[in-house]
Amino acid sequence: MRKLLLSAATAAALALLPHSAAQAAKEEVVLGLSQDRVAITATFDGSEILIFGAVKRETPIPSDEPLQVIVTVSGPAPSVMVRRKEKKLGIWVNVDSVLVDSAPAFYAVATSAPFDTVLTDTEDLRYRVSIERAIRSVGAAMHIRGAQDFADAVVRIREKDGFYSLREDTVAVDEQTLFRTAIKMPADLTEGDYQTRIFLTRGGEVVSQYETTIDVRKVGLERFLFALSREQPFLYGLMSLAIAIAAGWGASAAFSLLRNR
Amino acid sequence: MNAFLLLGLGGMVGVLSGMFGVGGGFLMTPLLFFIGIPPAVAVATEANQIVASSFSGVLAHFRRRTVDIKMGMVLQVGGLIGAALGVVVFNHLKALGQVDLLVKLCYVVFLGVVGGLMFIESLNAIRKSKKTGGAAPAAHRQRGWIHALPFKMRFRTSGLYISVIPPILVGVCVGILAAIMGVGGGFIMVPAMIYILGMPTKVVVGTSLFQIILVTGFTTMLHATTNYTVDIVLAVLLLIGGVIGAQIGTRIGVYMKAEQLRILLALMVIAVCAKLGLDLLLQPAELFSLGDTGGH
Repeated sequence: MRKLLLSAATAAALALLPHSAAQAAKEEVVLGLSQDRVAITATFDGSEILIFGAVKRETPIPSDEPLQVIVTVSGPAPSVMVRRKEKKLGIWVNVDSVLVDSAPAFYAVATSAPFDTVLTDTEDLRYRVSIERAIRSVGAAMHIRGAQDFADAVVRIREKDGFYSLREDTVAVDEQTLFRTAIKMPADLTEGDYQTRIFLTRGGEVVSQYETTIDVRKVGLERFLFALSREQPFLYGLMSLAIAIAAGWGASAAFSLLRNR
Repeated sequence: MNAFLLLGLGGMVGVLSGMFGVGGGFLMTPLLFFIGIPPAVAVATEANQIVASSFSGVLAHFRRRTVDIKMGMVLQVGGLIGAALGVVVFNHLKALGQVDLLVKLCYVVFLGVVGGLMFIESLNAIRKSKKTGGAAPAAHRQRGWIHALPFKMRFRTSGLYISVIPPILVGVCVGILAAIMGVGGGFIMVPAMIYILGMPTKVVVGTSLFQIILVTGFTTMLHATTNYTVDIVLAVLLLIGGVIGAQIGTRIGVYMKAEQLRILLALMVIAVCAKLGLDLLLQPAELFSLGDTGGH
C-alpha cells in the first residue's frame, strides 16, 4: 500500500501565509496539496490517502465548544442501473430496474467524533455530508414508486463493497489546530476527479469549509489497455487474438522441445 | 482481483483439461462467475483464452495430418453465422439486464445434460467391463436421412461424400454456444461429428479444434468491438496457468483408467451445474444489483 500525502501547511508555514479571505470566517482550513494525483497502475492494490492540515485563526481559540473536523472524499458520479430480482417460475430473475443518474462511485466520510456530535441534522441537510444525504439527495427517478428502495440498495451494496464508508473518530485533532486522517481507497477505483471537502464545526454548526480535488487516473499499461479497448476496439481484439495465438504456439513449441529431450 | 488466484484457477482447469482431454471452457467460465467476474466479461475473455489452448492443440494435429481442413471450413461457415447470431442475442439481453440469467440458464441446461449422460454412460461402461472384460461399444451411425440432402461435397480426409447442410447446422449451433457461453463447444461438436456426420474418430478432435479457433477468435472480436468485455490481463493470467496445468494434467491422465476419468469429470460437471442451479433457485442475499449503463 502506498501512502500519498496531501501535504499540509505545517505550523511553520502558517506564519508565512498571507491574509486572504480570512475575514469571512474566523477559523479557516489551510491545506496545500503537494500530491493531488492517485495513479492506478496494472498492479494497483488500493491506496491510503493521508490528508492533513491546520486551522488558521486571527482570534484566540473560542473556549465554548471544541473544534471538530469532517473530511469527505467523493468520487465521480456516473449514472447507475439498479435492478431488482423477483421469483418468476421458480427462479430468481431481474424484473424491474431504475436508473439512478448520479451516485458517486466512491464516498468516504471521516469525522473527529461520533457523527451526531460533530454535525447537526440541519447542517447535514444543508451540506449533504452523511452518506444517506450525499447519495439520496442526488438520486433520480424519485417519482417512481419504490424508487427509494433502489437508492437504498446502491448505498447498501457500495457500503458492503467498501466504496461508501463512514469512519467516525478517525480524524485526529491536536490543540484544536492541527488535524490529520487517512482515507483508504479500494483497488478497483473509478477514474475521475475526487471532490475532497473539509468542514470545521463547533457545536454541530459548520464554521468553515474547504474544497479541493484529487485526480485519480489510470496510468501506464492500464491506461493504454483501457484506452485501446474503448477507442480502437478492433485493434484491441486483434491484439488479444495475437497474444492468444502466440501463447498457444509458444506452449506447443516449448513442450515439444521438453518432450524431445 | 488477485493475480495468483487467477493463475491458480487457470492451472487447476488446465490440469483437468489435460487429464480429460476437454477444452475446459465449460468449467472455467462458471468458476469465473463464482469468484465474482461479471458473466459478460467471463464469457468474452474465456473465448479469447480458448483460442490459445485450441491453437496449441491443433498444431499437434496438423503435424499428424489429422485435420480435415475442408470439413473445418464448411463447419466454419455455420460457426461464423452462429457466433454472429449469438452475439446479437447476447447484446440484446445485456441491454435488458437479462444476460446473466441467459448465460447461467444455458450452463445449467448444458452441464446438466452433458454431465448426466456422461455419468450414466461411464457407470454402464464400468459395469460392462467388470462383466465381460471390456467390450468395445458398437458404433451406430444414422446416415440414412443425411444422404438424402442436396449440396453434396467430397471430404477427402474424412473419406465422406455428404451434403454440406448438416455440417453447417452443427457449425451454427456451436457458434451460438461459443458466443453465449464462452465455450469452444467441443463437447457438442465431437459427438455430432461422430454420430451425425459419421466422420472417422481420428480426424474428429483435430478438425473440431481447427474450427473452434476461428469461431472463438471471431467471437472474441465481436465481443471486443461491441461490448468491450474482453480483458487481456485476465486472459493472459488464465492462459499461463492453463497451459502449464494442461501439461501436468496430461501426465496424471496417463495413470488413470478412462472410465474412472470420465466418471470424475461427470461428477465435477454435475457439481458445477448444481451450484449454478441453486444460485438461481435460492433467494439471493441481495435482491438488487448494480450495472453500469455503458455511458462512460
